Amino acid sequence: MINNNAATINTTSKVNDFVVKFANTNGTGSASANNMFAKAIMRMGIPVSAKNIFPSNIQGSPTWYEVRLNENEFLGRRGGKTEIIVAMNAQSFIADIEDVAPGGYLLFDSSKQIPEQLLRDDINYLGIPISAICLKEFQNPRQRQLFKNVIYVGALAALLDIEFGVLKTLVGDQFKGKEKLITPNVYALELGFQYANNNFSCPLNYKVERRDLIGNRIMVDGNTGSGLGAVYGGATVVGWYPITPSTSVVEKFASYCQRLRIDPATGKKNFAIVQAEDELAAIGMAIGAGWNGARAFTATSGPGISLMAEFLGLAYFAEIPLVLINIQRAGPSTGMPTRTQQSDVLACAYASHGDTKHVLLFPESPSECFEHSALAFDLSDRLQTPVIIMSDLDLGMNDHLSAPFIWNDKQKYDLGKVLSIRELDNMESFGRYRDVDGDGICYRTFAGTHPNKGAFFTRGTSRNEDAIYSEKSADYVKNMERLERKFSTAATLIPKAEISSGLQNTQIGLIYYGSTAQAISEAKHILHKQGIPVDLMRIKGFPFGSEIEKFIDQHEQIFVIEQNRDAQMRTLISTELNIDPNRLTPVLCFDGLSITAKQISSDIIHEIEQQIPNQEVV
Amino acid sequence: MSFAKSKFRHKALPVNDLGLTYRDYEGAISTLCAGCGHDSISSAIIHACAELSIEPHKIAKMSGIGCSSKAPTYFLSNSHGFNTVHGRMPSVTTGANMANKDLTYLAMSGDGDSASIGLGQFAHVVRRQLNMVYMVANNGVYGLTKGQLAATSDRGVKNKVGDTSLFNDIDLCTMALQLGASFVARCFSGDKAQLVPIIKAAIAHQGFAFIDIISPCVTFNNHPGSTRSYDYVQEHVTTGAVTDFVPTREEITAQIPEGEFEDICLHDGSILRIHKLDKDYDTSNRLKAMTDVEEHKQRGEILTGLLYLDPTASTFHELNNTADTPMNQVKQDLLCPGERVLGTINDSFR
Repeated sequence: MINNNAATINTTSKVNDFVVKFANTNGTGSASANNMFAKAIMRMGIPVSAKNIFPSNIQGSPTWYEVRLNENEFLGRRGGKTEIIVAMNAQSFIADIEDVAPGGYLLFDSSKQIPEQLLRDDINYLGIPISAICLKEFQNPRQRQLFKNVIYVGALAALLDIEFGVLKTLVGDQFKGKEKLITPNVYALELGFQYANNNFSCPLNYKVERRDLIGNRIMVDGNTGSGLGAVYGGATVVGWYPITPSTSVVEKFASYCQRLRIDPATGKKNFAIVQAEDELAAIGMAIGAGWNGARAFTATSGPGISLMAEFLGLAYFAEIPLVLINIQRAGPSTGMPTRTQQSDVLACAYASHGDTKHVLLFPESPSECFEHSALAFDLSDRLQTPVIIMSDLDLGMNDHLSAPFIWNDKQKYDLGKVLSIRELDNMESFGRYRDVDGDGICYRTFAGTHPNKGAFFTRGTSRNEDAIYSEKSADYVKNMERLERKFSTAATLIPKAEISSGLQNTQIGLIYYGSTAQAISEAKHILHKQGIPVDLMRIKGFPFGSEIEKFIDQHEQIFVIEQNRDAQMRTLISTELNIDPNRLTPVLCFDGLSITAKQISSDIIHEIEQQIPNQEVV
Repeated sequence: MSFAKSKFRHKALPVNDLGLTYRDYEGAISTLCAGCGHDSISSAIIHACAELSIEPHKIAKMSGIGCSSKAPTYFLSNSHGFNTVHGRMPSVTTGANMANKDLTYLAMSGDGDSASIGLGQFAHVVRRQLNMVYMVANNGVYGLTKGQLAATSDRGVKNKVGDTSLFNDIDLCTMALQLGASFVARCFSGDKAQLVPIIKAAIAHQGFAFIDIISPCVTFNNHPGSTRSYDYVQEHVTTGAVTDFVPTREEITAQIPEGEFEDICLHDGSILRIHKLDKDYDTSNRLKAMTDVEEHKQRGEILTGLLYLDPTASTFHELNNTADTPMNQVKQDLLCPGERVLGTINDSFR
């Protein structure tokens, strides 16, 4: 048996640059304690990121929460072995011990001894009798369970030199309005803190030092940003069907609406939400509401996109505004429901049968989830077409350090080309699908506007400019060409790709999008250190603007970094911009975990090294 | 045959309270088969809306896909219409209604649309008590794909090519009753005297109104082996009650005669007068309505008329406590909490 109190293996000293991983059991209430740990680091002014790695299961299975501190702002998943693991789950204990980096620490509940055969001699063991302490200190069985988590956070505060006052304030903030809970939580923190101080040499070689690097940033998940963005964007109608990892988008929307959208005089709601019977009905409701002039959205994930495809085609062809927030997960089929991917790019770009194309937005952060979600309502109203926001599980469900949500009160909702009763009065005749302005976007009317002008029939079948059913080839072709023209207009309205050039001239360009952005600055740093300067371009939307083609033209070698097996963005770029796919080298990660900077840089270096002999031959 | 309707309007055509004639409630010329029961339904809708003096532009015509769902083109050309996708009209109507509760929603569906691909959506729109009129033009056959059996085809009946229906039929009225519809009726498209007042009452009803309308298909289901042919229906139809709809402005309740009449006051003050052919007939008894439908079916009869009515039912918007202003008219200042509130929200994430 080991001496649980020992911490004897030599460790390289690291300040504000390491990973702490919490191994818990799903359903034991560890999330808020783990989040408190991450937030305490943020409040000490140090850049930090947090990732949940959780099973598709409600209770009992292993779940991990990975916190990375890095004062250089490298906050993507780092990968590799972990410096400090808090091992609270017997099921994953063996794997957790293996996961500790040599010289690292395993903090565990020493109420039970670790079997000798599991011990490694190159790591440090920090045993705290957490269960025994809880049994002694708390009477309530629920508290005994919950405070195990709080105790290890208290212990980590001593071990890593986290300011105890910061944790106390966090507890106060977390239980504001429930003051009775503050005292026992602080007490549990103190129990862990004291135990660590009394039994270990604190702080460890890994420690936290206060900095001032956070500015006005916030720590929040992308789904909160999306839900709140929909509130600010003026969404009033939601049809949805629960599916991981999109569920919290609507739950957040609903909870903010409950706070902010109830008429104080009447108690009535300025929003309507229906949990539909399935994804087909969910999008059907959003389409019905969009047709009738309300801002409506639905949120879903991959399997939902498949089910919604028919309706997406209807909305595209009948030209109905609709916002769809897609929180991508690992597919195909049910895939890995609680793992992340960017594998719905093509399915969403071309969803539905026939020649169909949809506007996509690719947020990279919670603040952009907010911004894109609010913007999508303007875009879809203006373009009268579905707009799909391509978030993913990592971005949507994990807490990220993010710029604050921004809204300018001068912003007015852009409802696009909607005719009023007065405008209809002044018109000689109205034709729903006439391209009056030459931008492919036609004028629409809402039911109930005018007694005898502006009524039309909306349908998914072919029609002429006046919305009259028509199977004439000329009518069909004219309509389809106009829709293509409208898509070109869309390219001028969506956010432009963000380009950042390196300090040195380089022929290498990296294209990336969405949550992959988290790993990019670190990858660029690694590449630069290896003597490979790169330029970066982050795609923010589809259809593509001319800047994307220009960026590709300006670079000899382009890498497209994405989190799917089939290089879907590369296909989309190649198809839509008519670019030789051989010009675009894919860098792919599709194991369900976020791509790391290490992988990006090593794949690129490997690819470049492969080419060197060829060049010499030439 | 003419493919365009004359704009000529005879001066002697009667006008309603809005000064509109029946012609103002018509639609395009029907492209359905001559004699199609669906055209009779369109005609009944035109009469009902004209007689109720509803402003046509305040009506939304909703449908799915199929012969039935083409029908809205043939009535109310001054109304917005939406021909959605097969079986999914209920969800689109739900969304439309969520966006604007002040319109009248007239939905046309068919047996394939509602009893097969759309059965799930049908069930859920009933239980949500959406304020709409949901009409199924039920001909027991797939028309646009030329004569396949439908889920409402009775077990043992044959289609035109001789295939026999092996499975039990789905009775949409029984389903609607079980799922809590507050207005359930079954009609025969050929009986305009019955259909028009029932459509009027359904429109006046605040809540989910379902009308299953037996609407024979003259092309694919008008043969001896069918239980949805004109001849079969006319021979087997049984009327449970004769219904009159009395708009609120035309009659006062004190004048209503007693005896075998039952009078029900609707939300807007209109009266629904039911002449009971069967003394035991009770439109307020949901369970008995289900039993009556089944008993008549077992006797080979089709029970028509208003089967069930709950005039006190709550609507979707009442249940959801949504604002009086339709969602599509709420102004930005009430929807967007603004910069200051966002600042506080940002603080909660620090």
